[in-house]
Amino acid sequence: MIELTINGVAQQLHASSNIAELIVELNLTGKRVAIERNGEIVPRSLFNTTPLQHDDKLEIVVAVGGG
Amino acid sequence: MDNLIIAGKSYQSRLLVGTGKYKDFNETRLAVEASGAEIITVAIRRTNIGQDASQPSLLDALPPSRYTYLPNTAGCYTADDAVRTLRLARELLDGHDLVKLEVLGDPQSLYPNVIETIKAAEILIKEGFKVMVYTSDDPIIAKQLEQMGCVAIMPLASLIGSGMGILNPWNLQIIINQAQVPVIVDAGVGTASDAAIAMELGCAGVLMNTAIAGAQQPVLMANAMNLAVQAGRSAFLAGRMPKKIYTASPSSPTTGVIGS
Repeated sequence: MIELTINGVAQQLHASSNIAELIVELNLTGKRVAIERNGEIVPRSLFNTTPLQHDDKLEIVVAVGGG
Repeated sequence: MDNLIIAGKSYQSRLLVGTGKYKDFNETRLAVEASGAEIITVAIRRTNIGQDASQPSLLDALPPSRYTYLPNTAGCYTADDAVRTLRLARELLDGHDLVKLEVLGDPQSLYPNVIETIKAAEILIKEGFKVMVYTSDDPIIAKQLEQMGCVAIMPLASLIGSGMGILNPWNLQIIINQAQVPVIVDAGVGTASDAAIAMELGCAGVLMNTAIAGAQQPVLMANAMNLAVQAGRSAFLAGRMPKKIYTASPSSPTTGVIGS
């Protein structure tokens, strides 16, 4: 189990050791998202190889209507 | 062709529209279509963890293949937040680098914080972003942002969402006269005549959201704005007649009046 912060909320993850697995665990498969990990962008091409670590701070964003 | 050119890319429409405040994605799509806009702004927000991933998204309603997305930094109050938001936007939109930078200074007025805006613009331009920048109608700041390399200067006409129209046409005129890049009025337009006035002043375009989304019939207002921007642009190009207190020059012949 890993404890980390996603979008400002503390979370416990059970089935994820990297970003790609996190996408599945959070039910975001197929959704267009961008991810920042500890202040750095994680390119989509590196989701499989970017490990999750204890106390990571993640931001997961989408495009929404705005002016 | 009288196209709007931003960062080397040509657009037929001089109306840029936001995609917020609509009742659903269908209304957003219909309004955007009626506006004729090719550039549409979007916001970048945290995803709701746990929501149904099959829910329709903005990108389904308005495909990025058809529109030029302009991700914004609405809601950011620091240069750091704005820069991080646009880095995420570039990743989200597959390397798309045309962005709208806005750094706000106050939640009530939504007036821009130009100091943080300049800080953010400097970083973003260095990182290869093409920055369209929302700013105050201060001509000195506008000039400075242009000299830094911003690809469009977007002064407010009045406060965001206020619908108060063009409150300081003289400052806008100075900004337009001195600029070598497009000047696009961003914020404050309330109705079609405001958009036409902005274009008659010589603005290269107008960006609006609430004026359309906040109308009683948004799709009809989107059409009105489309026409107003075109009318205002034509009037600007045509060159209006000078204003005179007395005409001394009637439109009908002065001779041959009966009974004379």
